[in-house]
Amino acid sequence: MQFLRRIFTREKISVDTSLETTEIETDTSEVSHYMPGLNVAYQTDVGQVREQNEDSLYALNVYLEANDETIPFGIFIVADGMGGYLKGEVASSTAVHTVADYLLSNIYMPILNENTQSAKQKPIREILEDAILMANTKIMETTPEAGTTLTVAMVMRDELHVAHVGDSRAYLYHDNDLEQLTVDHSLVARLVELGQVTPEEALVHPQRNVLYRAVGQTDDLDAEVYYRSFPANSYLLMCSDGLWGLVDDEEIAHILSSPPNLQSCVSNLITTANANGGDDNITVILVGMGELPM
Amino acid sequence: MSEETRRLKVKKPSIGDQVLPKGAILQERYEILRALGLGGMGYVYQARDLRFANIKRLCAIKEMISTSPDPKFRKVALHNFEREANTLASINHPSVVKIYDYFTEGKRIYLVMEYVEGKDLERMLDELPKGTFLEESRVLKWGIQLCDVLAFLHENETPIVYRDLKPPNVMLRDKGPDTVVLIDFGIAKAFQEGQKGTMMGTEGYSPPEQYRGIASPQGDIYALGATLHHLLTRRDPKLQPPFTFHEAPPRNFNPKITELTEQVIMRSVNYDKDKRFDSSLEMGIALQKALDKNTQPEWMNQMQQIYDTPIGEEKPATPEYQASPKPPEVPAPEISAPNINKGTGTIQPLWKFECEDDVRSSPRVRDGIVYIGSYDQWMYAIDAKSGSKVWKYEVGGGIAASPCLYKDKVIIGSEDNVVYAFKVEDGTPAWTCYTKGMVRSSVHVSEEFEVALFGSDDNHLYVIDVNTGRLRWKFHAGGMVRSTPCFSDQLIFVGSEDNHLHAVTIQGKSKWRFESSLGIVASPVVEGNLVLVGSKDGHFYALSKKAGNQVWRVKTNKPIYSSPRVHGKMVYFGGIDENLYAVEIQSGRVKWKFNAKSHIISTPLVFNDAIYFGTSSGEVISLVLKNGKERWRFQTDGPVPSSPDGYEDIIYIGSTDCHVYALPA
Repeated sequence: MQFLRRIFTREKISVDTSLETTEIETDTSEVSHYMPGLNVAYQTDVGQVREQNEDSLYALNVYLEANDETIPFGIFIVADGMGGYLKGEVASSTAVHTVADYLLSNIYMPILNENTQSAKQKPIREILEDAILMANTKIMETTPEAGTTLTVAMVMRDELHVAHVGDSRAYLYHDNDLEQLTVDHSLVARLVELGQVTPEEALVHPQRNVLYRAVGQTDDLDAEVYYRSFPANSYLLMCSDGLWGLVDDEEIAHILSSPPNLQSCVSNLITTANANGGDDNITVILVGMGELPM
Repeated sequence: MSEETRRLKVKKPSIGDQVLPKGAILQERYEILRALGLGGMGYVYQARDLRFANIKRLCAIKEMISTSPDPKFRKVALHNFEREANTLASINHPSVVKIYDYFTEGKRIYLVMEYVEGKDLERMLDELPKGTFLEESRVLKWGIQLCDVLAFLHENETPIVYRDLKPPNVMLRDKGPDTVVLIDFGIAKAFQEGQKGTMMGTEGYSPPEQYRGIASPQGDIYALGATLHHLLTRRDPKLQPPFTFHEAPPRNFNPKITELTEQVIMRSVNYDKDKRFDSSLEMGIALQKALDKNTQPEWMNQMQQIYDTPIGEEKPATPEYQASPKPPEVPAPEISAPNINKGTGTIQPLWKFECEDDVRSSPRVRDGIVYIGSYDQWMYAIDAKSGSKVWKYEVGGGIAASPCLYKDKVIIGSEDNVVYAFKVEDGTPAWTCYTKGMVRSSVHVSEEFEVALFGSDDNHLYVIDVNTGRLRWKFHAGGMVRSTPCFSDQLIFVGSEDNHLHAVTIQGKSKWRFESSLGIVASPVVEGNLVLVGSKDGHFYALSKKAGNQVWRVKTNKPIYSSPRVHGKMVYFGGIDENLYAVEIQSGRVKWKFNAKSHIISTPLVFNDAIYFGTSSGEVISLVLKNGKERWRFQTDGPVPSSPDGYEDIIYIGSTDCHVYALPA
């Protein structure tokens, strides 16, 4: 049996309000982007207008030693709930918990410890799809009036797997280039794609908040799963629309281009969103990939 | 009544908290009996009109609560509402709900309407047992009625565009014949400010131009088409990426629908509004035609089919089956039909080169010379332009493998257990390497390490010096190695009949292996951090290069022998299930597949925006790279397991009919 080693101490931060459903499992105090492997910073903020925070986030970052290699492994989730009457919070936190549980038991233990892989083990894409379907079922059972966006990133070695429903986003920042990995499942994103409205019009379109796909709405949910490599010295940014709706890509890239450390980048992003109006809850996870310890 | 916003979940608390209690009386006249549902701006109630004391006259009352804090906005909204209510009050049509009265009480505005006893079409769909569909002819009849009422509205003195046609806005009366009624005239819209907060569910039925503020009769036609699509397929457009009907012909979901019906629907949901029907009247006529076709006796359909089949050049006159007076001709709708290949061309070979036995080997072309082996035990070099022989060399066994070109050598294995290296210019042997089994794997060269890699039926992966043919090491792969190895990042990847894909370090040590359920004969390719390979177990796998865990897989129904071809963000491969697959590498999603109606063992070639491959029925097929539509096909006289190569607008390929062909790309 291989042994597991956590580099970071585990610290559970619970925010003292029944509305906040922040699930946090890493220590940010000493994180800098000079460490090998993954470094993580995150923050969620209610914004300037809302009374409740319906976003949920999850961040898990561990190292695993197996077969003479040290494997960075991380699960990062952002969910933006909707539904009113506190149900949005329940939906987003249910989604986050369900997916994290499922990934830990179906990927973390079985896959990482083997050097003979088998076709009997499901591909990561299908495990991610199953995890999201499970969250979907759970929300439909427990809070049928509510739903949530769900953006999940799983990092294993230098592989990045992103599964996604809704309009929370994942970006990859590399060599001063900010690339949006996810496609918003929103009406306006589709209208922009088809050339019916311009990206500028989309930002103020009366129906800019309408999603055509969300978790907890229908039985046969179709999640999108993308695979990317996660090269050294690049950053994964995950956020709810409270960030990208108010801070444009150029500004995000600018903030990411001069990081004294990851946590201050995240704070800057949230401060900027609030300064630009903060009309929605803002959640940001920033994951830096250092040189791999291999 | 309407449950238009049942799926529209808004982040902020809804205004629907303060429901009027049973027994409440409005205007000293309307007694609230119950709430029927929650609309966008308030509840809809069933009420009793107390003026008719002796009979129970029911009505529906729609409540709108103005939430805007701006009194000016409320005033404008009220004005718009009154104007629209007056327009509607003047409409007298059996398929439009009647409006009796409206009044305000405080911030609430009430609209009194006819109470329609029945179900809306959304509920009809919800109550349908899983796996069943509404009867096509019944849906067509509703469609025809809706066309009638839309035509009535569009041609009204003040033309009215309905704008919001969708199943929950259409009621089916309980009483009488199967008649439909439009119930919600979107009056509430006048009161809606821009919605705040993320919402789920788009309209799904609205045409694209409506989001630029364009409302036209063609918009209603689109929405009706979308509604009929939903009714017949049960595929909810609210849950699909918007405006994707062109990818979703109804018969993909409900194959029982007639082609004519599908054509009418596809035309009405065309993205371009000028390509839809000109009027609801015209659409109604097209639907009537589809209905006639649908309801005519089976023998008539069969007759029609016989008549519709052209015999030679002669086309028989189409018999008249219209009982009603013949409607005007509806122009043939344009619909995209994937996998139906009109305009398929055939081509003529530029030359063919005859061998004495099967050509299973795949050609390699360089500097105007085609190199290829044959089962006749000869290795050939052929002039690419003329098809004449440059040189040939006889080996001791049939050649199934494909040549590998490296610097001034061409390297190839044979079933005589030997791998040969020849000088490209004249075929002089440079070196040979002996194994203990037939060599059907092709050779792959790593320039960096100057080694040639190949497998043998003696169960080993061989790594030899590419300049001398001397063995560096061999790796026991547990089964015959017919797959061609590939090399990336100091790792060698190769499939074996022992069911594994092996990842072996450049020092000859196993790094990892991936176990499929059956042997892996196809050759792997590496793209980024992924190793892509098909297996005889019917799956195409994407494995992580570093550890061999599955990232995604595509399930085909039969074994895969064809090796993948990567081009841009896509990977292409063929299957024994007769399909050629185009799969997005980053997601593992099948973008398109093409049914060749015969096994595909050949590895597809991507060349000049087209794709080329051979089939077991002897055809060489070319498809458009982007969408998999057929470009041409060429028939040879034997199965084509050979994979093509391309050079200066010419495609070269071998066939088991003993020929090598040069085809115009």
